[in-house]
Amino acid sequence: MDSPHAELRGVSRIFPARDGHQEVHALGPVDFQLARGEFFAVVGPSGCGKSTLLELVAGLQPASAGDVMFEGRAVSGQPPEGIGVVFQEDASFPWLSVRDNVAFGLRRAGVDAAEVKRRVDDVIAFMGLGDFSHAHPAQLSGGMRQRVCIARTLVLRPRLILLDEPFGALDQQTRLLMGDELLRLWRETGATVLLITHALDEAAMLSDRVGVMSARPGRFIDIIGTGWSRERDSRIVARPEFGAVTARLWNLLREESIKALGHG
Amino acid sequence: MNGARAESRRGDCLWLALGLVVAWHALFLLAGADALAAPAATLRRAAQLLASERFWADATETGKAFGLACLLAMLGGLALGLWLGFHRRAGEVADPILGSLYSIPKITLYPVILLIFGLGLSAKVAFGAIHGLFPVAIFTMNGIRQVPAVHLKTARMFNLSPWATVSTVLMPCAAAEIAAGLRIGFSTTLLGTLIGELFASSSGVGFILIRAMDTHEVVDIMALTFLLFAFAAAANAVLHALERRLG
Repeated sequence: MDSPHAELRGVSRIFPARDGHQEVHALGPVDFQLARGEFFAVVGPSGCGKSTLLELVAGLQPASAGDVMFEGRAVSGQPPEGIGVVFQEDASFPWLSVRDNVAFGLRRAGVDAAEVKRRVDDVIAFMGLGDFSHAHPAQLSGGMRQRVCIARTLVLRPRLILLDEPFGALDQQTRLLMGDELLRLWRETGATVLLITHALDEAAMLSDRVGVMSARPGRFIDIIGTGWSRERDSRIVARPEFGAVTARLWNLLREESIKALGHG
Repeated sequence: MNGARAESRRGDCLWLALGLVVAWHALFLLAGADALAAPAATLRRAAQLLASERFWADATETGKAFGLACLLAMLGGLALGLWLGFHRRAGEVADPILGSLYSIPKITLYPVILLIFGLGLSAKVAFGAIHGLFPVAIFTMNGIRQVPAVHLKTARMFNLSPWATVSTVLMPCAAAEIAAGLRIGFSTTLLGTLIGELFASSSGVGFILIRAMDTHEVVDIMALTFLLFAFAAAANAVLHALERRLG
């Protein structure tokens, strides 16, 4: 059996008491494995620690207990090479053009100019940003800006892509179309994807497996395999099996969401 | 579209200038020559001053003091603002203190500055610099504090060094705010330098202005004020354009 691409073993995150606020046990203990090349989504009630989970895998936060592993090496509060993150908020740099945004990471890494041009051209074409490459983010819609952020991550050829509710601010139609694009890039790059989302339909449509988290402190209460083929797209939402997957997710989440609202 | 907007802005500026000249002349007619000089007489006297060696000697003196004060205010304000912007706790403590120091009339400190630096260039420089330092520091600190957290996380994902984070993410992101601080700092430093020359100096534009006041040379007062206004407005327009470009 292949070794997992990324793995969390008994991972917890506790934010210590600070500025008159009590200690917060945000997450865990959590155990799970990401297989190489799979698309894994995490759903859970608000405040259950989904984004914290992503930041632990990215190395943006240290775990309070347990081990976070990526490609067999421990991730310890420092982003490892090979991981790319797309955040929920607009993270495009407003002072740079689309092209310069996409090239930013490569230039900072000291990649030579000809190689930067070639890779940026490829990614801009791949993400359909060709007509906007000299525009600035302020001139683009929210969906286009998010594409710029995805392109900026993709150009570095990450082997693990972490997506923190990347379509959270977009309308439903744009989300479905962006979902199709995400599936296409997942297929074509062969990367492993970890998607954090609060939208059950998005998780059900995009993923091979969906991890369902409890109310805070978040733990996995179940991990569901969707059974979709790799060639899927957003038309899957019209299939009866899709309704069955989302219904199952909601049945698992309902009690936890009530708890998270403080009615439990 | 941009051309039409620039054309319209130029038109607005012309109308505003014309309105000011008309209002000035009306005030002159109302108040009389003892209180105010007419626009034409002021411009004539300003031209004479610009052609005189004595004026340029004083202007050079003021320029030297102002240049040094500006350099100190901007470098000091930037350094202080950046440090306070990065150190959130220190910034929170310093914020109201800087605000108070910015708003107190600094003329109350001038005797202290004269006692420390003596009568001369260094006192003018110090007095000018304390006028400009606080706005530059406050705007820089706020600019850095307002950088979205997601940009800092992005910088970490790119494994940027602390210096690369400052130079390629924080500074460009806060550039418009910092430029606004530098523009205001420029104006207040000029104000401080001139006030310094008005109250305790034996040369400089501020000195010849106070001398004109003492001898009630209304046309000289108006011409010098007009030249100072023209310099400040031109410099402000350049800095404003820079700020818009960075925004």
